Amino acid sequence: MSEKIRINDMVVRFANVNGTGSSSSNEIFSKAVFRMGIPVSPKNIFPSNIQGLPTWYEVRISGKGYLGRRDDIDILVGINPQSMEKDIASVRSNGYFIYDNTRQLHDDMIREDIHMIGIPMMQLSIDHYEVPRLQQLFKNIIYIGALATLINLDLDVVKAIISEQFEKKPKLIPPNHKALDLGANWVKENLNYPLDVRLEHSNATGDKIMMDGNAATGLGAVYAGATVLSWYPITPSTSVAKNFETFAKKYRVDPETGQNNFAIIQAEDELAAFGMAMGANWNGARAFTATSGAGISLMNEFIGLAYFAEVPMVLVNVQRGGPSTGMPTRTQQSDLLPCAYASHGDTKHVLLLPATPTECFDFMADAFDLADQLQTVVFLLSDLDLGMNIHMTEPLSWDDARKFNKGKVLNKEELDAVEDYGRFKDVDGDGIGYRVIPGTHPSKGAFLSRGTSHDPYGVYTEDGVVHAGEIDRLIRKFNTAKELVPQPEFYQKENQGKHAIVFFGTTTYAALEAMDILEQNGEPIDAMRLRAFPFSNIVKDFIDAHDTIYVIEQNRDAQCRSLLMIELGIDPTKLKSILNYDGMPITADAILKQLQQHLHDYDGLQPPDHRQNGSSHSLKTTLL
Amino acid sequence: MSYIKPTFRHPSSTKNEAGFYRADYEGKISTLCAGCGHDSINASIVAACYEMNIEPHKVVKLSGIGCSSKAPAYYLDNSHGFNTVHGRMPSVATGANMANKDLTYLGVSGDGDSASIGIGQFVHVSRRNLNMVYIMMNNGCYGLTKGQDSATADVGSLSKSGSTNQFSPIDMVGLALELGATFVARSFSGDKTQLVPLIKAAMSHPGFAFIDVISPCVTFNNNKGSTKSYDFVRDHIEATSEFDFVPVKEEIAVEYAAGSQKTVTLHDGSHIQLSKLNPDWDPTDRSSALDKLQKAKTAGEILTGLLYIDPESDDLHSMLRTTDTPLNELSQDVLCPGSKILEEVNAGLR
Repeated sequence: MSEKIRINDMVVRFANVNGTGSSSSNEIFSKAVFRMGIPVSPKNIFPSNIQGLPTWYEVRISGKGYLGRRDDIDILVGINPQSMEKDIASVRSNGYFIYDNTRQLHDDMIREDIHMIGIPMMQLSIDHYEVPRLQQLFKNIIYIGALATLINLDLDVVKAIISEQFEKKPKLIPPNHKALDLGANWVKENLNYPLDVRLEHSNATGDKIMMDGNAATGLGAVYAGATVLSWYPITPSTSVAKNFETFAKKYRVDPETGQNNFAIIQAEDELAAFGMAMGANWNGARAFTATSGAGISLMNEFIGLAYFAEVPMVLVNVQRGGPSTGMPTRTQQSDLLPCAYASHGDTKHVLLLPATPTECFDFMADAFDLADQLQTVVFLLSDLDLGMNIHMTEPLSWDDARKFNKGKVLNKEELDAVEDYGRFKDVDGDGIGYRVIPGTHPSKGAFLSRGTSHDPYGVYTEDGVVHAGEIDRLIRKFNTAKELVPQPEFYQKENQGKHAIVFFGTTTYAALEAMDILEQNGEPIDAMRLRAFPFSNIVKDFIDAHDTIYVIEQNRDAQCRSLLMIELGIDPTKLKSILNYDGMPITADAILKQLQQHLHDYDGLQPPDHRQNGSSHSLKTTLL
Repeated sequence: MSYIKPTFRHPSSTKNEAGFYRADYEGKISTLCAGCGHDSINASIVAACYEMNIEPHKVVKLSGIGCSSKAPAYYLDNSHGFNTVHGRMPSVATGANMANKDLTYLGVSGDGDSASIGIGQFVHVSRRNLNMVYIMMNNGCYGLTKGQDSATADVGSLSKSGSTNQFSPIDMVGLALELGATFVARSFSGDKTQLVPLIKAAMSHPGFAFIDVISPCVTFNNNKGSTKSYDFVRDHIEATSEFDFVPVKEEIAVEYAAGSQKTVTLHDGSHIQLSKLNPDWDPTDRSSALDKLQKAKTAGEILTGLLYIDPESDDLHSMLRTTDTPLNELSQDVLCPGSKILEEVNAGLR
């Protein structure tokens, strides 16, 4: 059962019971790997439940810097009897299953083709700690200590992280360190170590940071000057609001008066959450709300109002598995179309598509500028994987010379100079009128914002020609948006072939890995990462320059492909789909496998059969 | 019928202390039905704002959807307004108020807009004690869709089409009292002498001020047998007291016999003066207001006037401890932590 030694290339999966404190010890594990200079990508695979159900924490460790998921599990630390049978089955052949042998494993569970490593985790904890609750918590640290020895994770690094975490409760440091040693020493005394899959110190993490997207989004809103947040709890967006609150309390409390330079309201529902943020934006503050799936559906009427009354609005959608309540704790990119065309009537909205926490921060700040410039709804389309999982990402940066762009807003003096003010008059030809914030001028510039049809002065009209003129102006405005939004990213200096892949958001991690594998096989492929909607001409030019485009996305209906067809008039037969919608982040394997199917037997009209992640060990790619 | 409003101003009209004519508080010509109660309320709003010496641009008018929610077009043309979506005016008012605490927020809504589709937002804006005036123009029916019963229609009330309402009405005044609203009143569109001072007091009240104004629908709900008709309301109206609002600078002029009057002083120093008080009721005691309301209901009376006021009201801003400067005026220096802080954040994430 021996194989060649693999350094800094493994998937470790922890199988735990939720509500037992395992996630903090698992996070210590992934942070320690990161501190050793090895790229790491943890995924928290949790149930929509508070206590007692299976939860997994999967850590991809890749010296090459691949941050997408990989299917084959090298090491599974199986702590949960509920899921043990499936957990054992999920280990790759020749892999390792590490379990608590305080209670003996049933014979049926034994797999001959993997290494079964029993460690008396609970027994060690019972022997050294008295309080039952602490026995449970320290067991989590004991298995980290044991695993550390087995894979050469630097125990000093782990200890340093624990010391930092308990900086304010120093009494907790020694017993935690002791638990680590208990696990580590038991392995040293009883087992052969290290395993064939192991770690080595590296320097592949540079100045990167470890952060989740929702924290970056919340911080981005603070930097963008958002003062009003109204929100309604919904997984997986809740932590956007919580992070905004944490950062605001840290950086936005007046040191002299103790008063808040922000207001946060937990609304009664998503409709109110949107209405409040929109009302605040209308009145000249910067405000936003954050939600997910069902929340977007509920907000639809208000989205149309903000669109038609042309009120700036920033709306964060941390997408989760749909339809309906769907999979609240799994990831998807299935709200692209519902957001692009949200609300009844002819509506179109700006979407920003971040792929990393760093982009969550940057795009969130941009979203407020864009909303103010364009006087419309701007969506930040994140997803559960991006929002709730910690990612290795570029450090956050802020240019102190950057000024908030509040768009076209007239002050009192400017209003006095205007002869015939009309809220929606397209003076500059870009489809964008001039706003006046309530309270600006005693006798000029007031208007009644409304969702009913209005003329360029904001006055109610049932005149069809006037109405159509205003609707057309909104398209002029949308065209203006094309050049203002983040432009696509390319990965090749110049186009190299007839085929190309297009992707966005968290699909990027797996797509980059797939591209790397193709390049190593001597078959490099052109690629474009979309970063926003509406699409600019650059997007169309890239698609026009290739014969076939493979659009990779994490939904069933190939929504991005549809959007490209609808908005750019691309021939449908030219756009082929690579999809995943099982709720888990897409893998490079899944991309390559579907790509291969397309090249051999796919008619280009329907998605191919294998639309979920699934392991394939002997992957051959023959692209051209 | 003319749709052009004359700009003629009566030569004897005078400017108020803020330097504005009454006409400066008026709006576009109303397109509501002739005789609609809502237009009387609109006139009372104009009168109250003029008499309060509020600069028109310091008022924000908001509404939902329905006949009543069209009203903001017909008053305060020099004020910004937001005609929002059905039943959701309170949330937009909440956000607007959060952005700028220095303006006066005047929301109007109808009984359909408030008691049915918008009852959730009504409930929550009440309990948050948002500093706003909330006028519900209550006609017991959906006028704009031709007269269907609303949730405030009384049991047994006969509609113009001949059907009788069977469902228990929602008394929004009672609901507001239960929810902790800090200013609760009821009035009648036809009683300007009561309504104008009520609106003025509501504007001075630092918190959620709710006025349920019964406002007959002349077209669809003014028939015999309707409990929201002009005739029925006039026959059954019962005022809690005579009511006057005395602004900050003015002296209290009228004196009544001791024991039959009460003066409530508001945060800004203005007074509400109640006279000919009903002996079993204290306007600053919530439970006596509820009791009084219940008794009136049993007696078949429509109780009007100020029912309850909390002179110690703390509005949402004070609960959230927001800064004295309106949030929409804070500068980038105050709002953006800058690059140095971000370096610290990065360092903590490695």
